Parts: sequence; C-alpha cells; structure tokens
Amino acid sequence: MGFSFDYLFQGFSIALTWQNLFWAAVGCFIGTLVGVLPGIGPVSGIAILLPLTAVLPPTSAIIMMASIYYGAMYGGSTTAIVVNIPGEASSVPTAIEGYELAKQGRAGPALAIAAIASFVAGTLSVIALTFFAPTLAQFAVVFGPPEYFALMFMGLSLVISLSGRALLKGIISMALGLTAGLIGQDPLTGAERLTFGSVTLTVGVDFIAIIVGLFAISEVMINVEQRLTSISKMEVKSWMPTWTDIKQCTGAMLRSSTVGFLLGLLPGCAPSVTSFVAYDVEKRFSKHPELFSHGAMDGLAATEASNNATSTAGFVPLFSFGLPTAPSMAVLLGGLMMYGLQPGPMLFVTNPDFVWAVIASMYIGNVMLLVLNLPLIGLWVRIVRIPFYILGPLIVFCALVGTYSVRFQTFDIWIMLLFGVIGYFMRKLGFPIAPMVLASVLAQMLETSLGQSLLISWGSPWIFFTRPISAVFMALAFLSIGRGVWAQIKAKAPEVVTDDAEY
Amino acid sequence: MKKIAIGFIVLCAVVSLVLVTSATAADKFPSKRITYKICFNPGGESDITARFQEAALKKALGVDVAITYQVGGGGALCWAELTRTKPDGYTIAGHNLPHTVVQPMEMGSAGYKTLDLKQIYFFESTPDVLFVRKDSPYKTLKDFVEAAQKQPAGVFTCGGSASSSANDLGTSMLNKAAGIKLTYIPFGGTGSAIPALLGGHVTALMSYSTMAVQQKEQFRALAIASEKRMEILPDLPTFREQGYDVVEGAYRGVAAPPGTPDEIVKILADAFEKVMKDPEVRKKMDANAFKTEFMGPEESLALVKKKMVEYEAIMKELGRIKK
Repeated sequence: MGFSFDYLFQGFSIALTWQNLFWAAVGCFIGTLVGVLPGIGPVSGIAILLPLTAVLPPTSAIIMMASIYYGAMYGGSTTAIVVNIPGEASSVPTAIEGYELAKQGRAGPALAIAAIASFVAGTLSVIALTFFAPTLAQFAVVFGPPEYFALMFMGLSLVISLSGRALLKGIISMALGLTAGLIGQDPLTGAERLTFGSVTLTVGVDFIAIIVGLFAISEVMINVEQRLTSISKMEVKSWMPTWTDIKQCTGAMLRSSTVGFLLGLLPGCAPSVTSFVAYDVEKRFSKHPELFSHGAMDGLAATEASNNATSTAGFVPLFSFGLPTAPSMAVLLGGLMMYGLQPGPMLFVTNPDFVWAVIASMYIGNVMLLVLNLPLIGLWVRIVRIPFYILGPLIVFCALVGTYSVRFQTFDIWIMLLFGVIGYFMRKLGFPIAPMVLASVLAQMLETSLGQSLLISWGSPWIFFTRPISAVFMALAFLSIGRGVWAQIKAKAPEVVTDDAEY
Repeated sequence: MKKIAIGFIVLCAVVSLVLVTSATAADKFPSKRITYKICFNPGGESDITARFQEAALKKALGVDVAITYQVGGGGALCWAELTRTKPDGYTIAGHNLPHTVVQPMEMGSAGYKTLDLKQIYFFESTPDVLFVRKDSPYKTLKDFVEAAQKQPAGVFTCGGSASSSANDLGTSMLNKAAGIKLTYIPFGGTGSAIPALLGGHVTALMSYSTMAVQQKEQFRALAIASEKRMEILPDLPTFREQGYDVVEGAYRGVAAPPGTPDEIVKILADAFEKVMKDPEVRKKMDANAFKTEFMGPEESLALVKKKMVEYEAIMKELGRIKK
C-alpha cells in the first residue's frame, strides 16, 4: 500500500501510451464541455459514458472518467465569469466575483486566473494523492454525523460574511434557502413537509434550479430593465493576467488548495460545499476584504483552486476504502466494480499498475486542461461584448435547457423561473443572494446529520460540543457569528448601508 | 448572423424529424431509450446491480437504458413519483422489499400503495448481516449481545441503510430476540452507512451480505440473517444457529408504473430474465455475494403479497404499527 517511485514511474509509462493519452484528452475535452454547460454536471457526463467500459480496457476507461470529473471543475468557471451562470454549483462564488470582473472588462484575466488556479490546485492535490493517499484515507472516516452537522453549521455561519453589512437581510435570505431545501420528504423518515398536499412538491426542489434562477434569470431581468446593450463595453485589451494579479492570488491558491483537499477527503463534502468554505476563508485572509463581491481576483482564485483540489482529493477515499465522496465518484465506483476491481486497501496491492497509471494520468490531464483552456479564453471573452438583445435570450435558453436536463422534470423549470423572479426582487430590495444559495446547497446534509446525531445522543444537543472535532467547528461557527453581530452593533445603522452587498 | 439563422433552421428540421420518427415507431416496444430509476444513493446495492445489468440489458432490449437516481425518504420519493409516471414501460424503477411493503404501512401517506407498483421482476436478494469493526472487542454475536445487555438501553447504536428497510427491521428483530435495545440510525444508503462504522461513529452496522465481501478487510461479520449459510460465505454463521430467530433481508427487483400493459411488462421481464441468466452478470453477482433470484411478474406479485402478510404481523408484534 506504500508509495514507491518504481510504481509511479511504471504508472507514467502506462499513462503515456498513445491510447491512454488519447482517452485522457477526450475526457478533458468532455469535462470542459460538461463544465461549461450549466445543468449537465460531471455525474451525467460520466454516467453517459459508463457503457463505454464494455469496450475499453479498465485503465483507459477510468483515466477518461476521472478526467471528466476534474475537467468539469475547469470548465465550470467559464459561464460563471462571462454570463453569470454558474456551470456547476461549485462555481457560485466564481460567478459572484468573476462576473463583476467581466463587467469591468477583465473577463480575460479572470478566466486565465481561474484556469491557472485550477491547474495549481489540481497538480498540488495529485502530488498529495501520490505521496500520502493511504495516510490521508484515515481522515475520511473521522467524521461522523455530529462532525458533519458541525461542519455544515459552520458553513451556514458563512452567511455572516456573505451578507456584508446587510446581516438581517442575509439571514432572511438564508432562511428562505433553508425553507426551500425543506420542501419535500424528510430525508430520514420520508414524512412530507411544506408540500401542501401537492404530489409534485413531494419530490423537492433541486438546488440547480434555484441557483440558475437566482443568478441567470434575475440578471437578465435586471439587464433588460436597465436597457443594457452589452455586459461590458470595455475594450478587451489583453486576456493575460498582470503580475499583480498573479502575486495577489498565489496565497489564495495555496490556502484554498489545502482547504479544498482536506475537506474533499470527507464523504459528502462535494466541491459545491468546499468552494464556499474556501471562498470565506480567503475573505478572512485577504488584504482587501472590501473588494469581495465587487470583483476580487483572489476570491475567484480561491474558489477555483478549492473545487479542483476537492475533486482530486475524492480519489483518496475512493481508492483506499471504496467510499464515494460525491455523486460523480459513486458512478466511478460503479465503473471500477464493472471491471471487477474491488476498491479498498487491497487495490494498491492487487492492481498497482491500474492505480498508479490513473494517478499518473492526472498529472498529464491537468497540463492538458491548462493547454486546452488558455487559448479558448480569447474566444470566451468576446461573449461579453455580444449585443445583449442576442445574448440575453441565449442565456435564458441555456438556463432552461440546463435546468431541465438535471432531472428531466418540467416542474424544475417553473421553480427556476420562480426563483428568477424572487432573485429579481431580492436584488431590487438589497437582499444578498449568496446566503440563499448556500443554505439550499447545505440544507439536506445539515438536516440529515442533525437527525442522526440526535438519535445517537438521545436528543441531547451536547453531542456537538463534547466531541473534539465537532466542538472546534461549533466554536468557529459561534466565533464567526459573534464577530458578525459585533460588527453590526458597532456599525450602528446596519440596515441603511445595504448597497455594498449586491448578491 | 445569416449562418446562425441557417444553422437554427437546420437544427429545427432535425429535431422535428426525430420527433416524427419516434411517434410513428411507438407501437413497437421498446423503440426508444428506457429510464431505469434507482431510488437510493449511487454506490449502494441497487445501483451496483443496475450497473452490472446495464450492458446486458441494453443488448436484451435493443435500446439504450439510462440509469438515473432519485434519492429521498428511504426510496419513498422515487416510488411515489413512479406511480405518477406515464405507464408506457419507458420508465421503470428498481424497487425493494421490505421497503415498498412497510413504508405505506408505517407512514400513512408514503405517496404510493404497495400494490400500486406493477411488478416486473425480482432478480436478487441480500440477507442482513451484523457487522462490527475488525478491531472491536466483540468476536462473536454472543459477546456483542452480552455487552449490549450490560449497557443501559439505547447506548449501543446500530447503523443501517434507510428507515423501514430490511436493516431497520432486522435490528428490531434482533432487539426483540436478544432482549437488547440498539438505537437504529438510518443513513441515506449502504454507501453512506459504511463510513459511520469505519470511523466508529456507530457501535455496529446492520448491512447486507454484499458488505461481508466488500469490506472484509475492515469489518467483522457476526451473523447472517438467512435461513442457511450462504455458499460464498461458508464461515459466517446464521443468527438462528446462534440461538436468535432473526431471518431478514432485502429483495431487489424492478417495477413499472400502475397500469402498464401486461404485454410490455412481459417484454421487460423477459429481458431481465435473459440478463440474469447471462454468465457474465451471474459471475459478478456471485463474486459480490448477491443471491440471484429469477421471479417473473406473477411470482414477484405472489412474493409481495406473502410479505405483506408477514411484515404486518412482525410490525404489529414489534409495536411499530397499531394492532
């Protein structure tokens, strides 16, 4: 199970055969595409290709599927930056910062930084995977229901920093998001809540529909109202980021790679969760937190680095224990089992060629993705200059198709449009949108882990404070809440200044 | 602009052509993609079986099969949705016993009734197995039960997949048979219950026979809730052998929306029969400790009806529904 350079070199020699290079390239391309298209996530991307396992040898197939997964994290930032539609839930903070940058005519550097951050985090994570996989795997199981609840609770406390100075409005926005997440059946018992006897509502509300509605549709409505002619009239001078950008983002990339990687080891911590956490951490470290929500390059770098680190980290528990940390990983697990490859500690012993070839291919895949993504930037940045009477309807079209393709339910389209209208009014009234998105992303895990924890403790909430890891998270959460409330009191008239929290 | 317009017209033409062809071919089943819904998390037993079947099923049916997931309410969400789906055979869902019998009994409004689901085929069963961690002090079922008896009621926790599942019922039956009180903790599926035992967040895990193979490096199996030992697990004693009358497990199969025509159900059942007799599929099922079953629509319905009587008696005895 240990690491040896012989294994790694052998892995490279397998990964560098023309056949495996080809499938890695195909995977990277599909991954980028899947990332760019909203709604079609890596899960469906990989699942659609799963039947190919019948014809491909296992190493090639898994190399391709893995590259779709981490490739999607590269592509997810594109539409988030240029048209404010997060391609994946993990790109929501990217949309917050990137779209602001695009409006300032800096879409090019934003896209470049996104690709570079993805590359840096991806590569660092593969290095960690290469050298420490067996050791790190132990971390994946130290989290039980109370720890998950505490982590999710801390996640919710990010609402404070996402709300800016409009704290009360941020909390209302969060409550709305949580309520939306409650609609449907109880994840533990199946009891129906907030369905008002409607059979359609028992299915629940999909958070992709919420996100696309809140971001894309409300944005189009605002733009139409303002008779916007194009997203940015600024001349696109260069798509190259400046040295200041890179220097400013280096720390963010390294910190967020670590945060994203460590959280990514935990089953259930999908990139959508970790990107928010990393974004918040970065805001605290940043030298200019006031720039956040107004186009902070380091906030964008943090998000993109963390979602890539998370996607790579997921391979640690997958290979070591057969534990899928995210839906995409579960499909990959299915792929492994179709080949009769039993993931678990023995996989490193029984199939070292396979494991190390897949790991080696990730180094190659990350380089491929960088090469694939950088030249495309020139193409993407032109999108922001398309006249809005053409781009607007196109955005609505993409939003409709994307939302429908998640579950193939017309109901989701209505939900998306409804949240579009809600988002429009929220923006008009100065309610921040991000807390609502965050709450709807976290709602189910929060509720499930709360229920399980209280079953274990026979209803006593002290379980969250007596276990060391959950106690630390709870303490951090309460600190962050306390600090936010203190800042409100100090600001005296918090509700007057709401315009600095546009999202 | 002109190019885009032309492109758009071509696209419209292609789309309408596809729609027309699919409409005319509707009288021959199956003529388009079939959606095979999985009601639990990806990576669980239902998902893994479906993945084993996928390639052979496509061959047997001659059309594409899309595996999709709808998770929530211990599967109830997905089955309730199935009863509202168009009964044309193009949407089927994996379904499980005891879930589809017990949920409507226990929940009042589970959103569907047991006999609403049109039976197609039951293709496998997995008996319950009680696990502890490899490093646990409990070497045998007897050790475990004795330790649980010494603790105040409810201190020992037992994880499992979903509420009202075979894991849940098996835990209740063990509680009753051994005079202990384990607190059952439901998880979203077997896939998310495994880390809970790996990390020691629950004392034990009631899971399925498949895990006795998959997690043999890390888990110790104490007993299997089948009538006799399984061939692939010859060293694992049954609960009955050890003096506790616990026989419980899950059956897995596929069902169609209510009102699906019998001819269509037969075509689907024949396809599944073919799939389950495929040596490649069998090999994978056996290696993973799935017990293969071959029950067509009538036989499946008979099993469901038999289980409805059995489970009602058990649930009443356990005090989980009113007498």
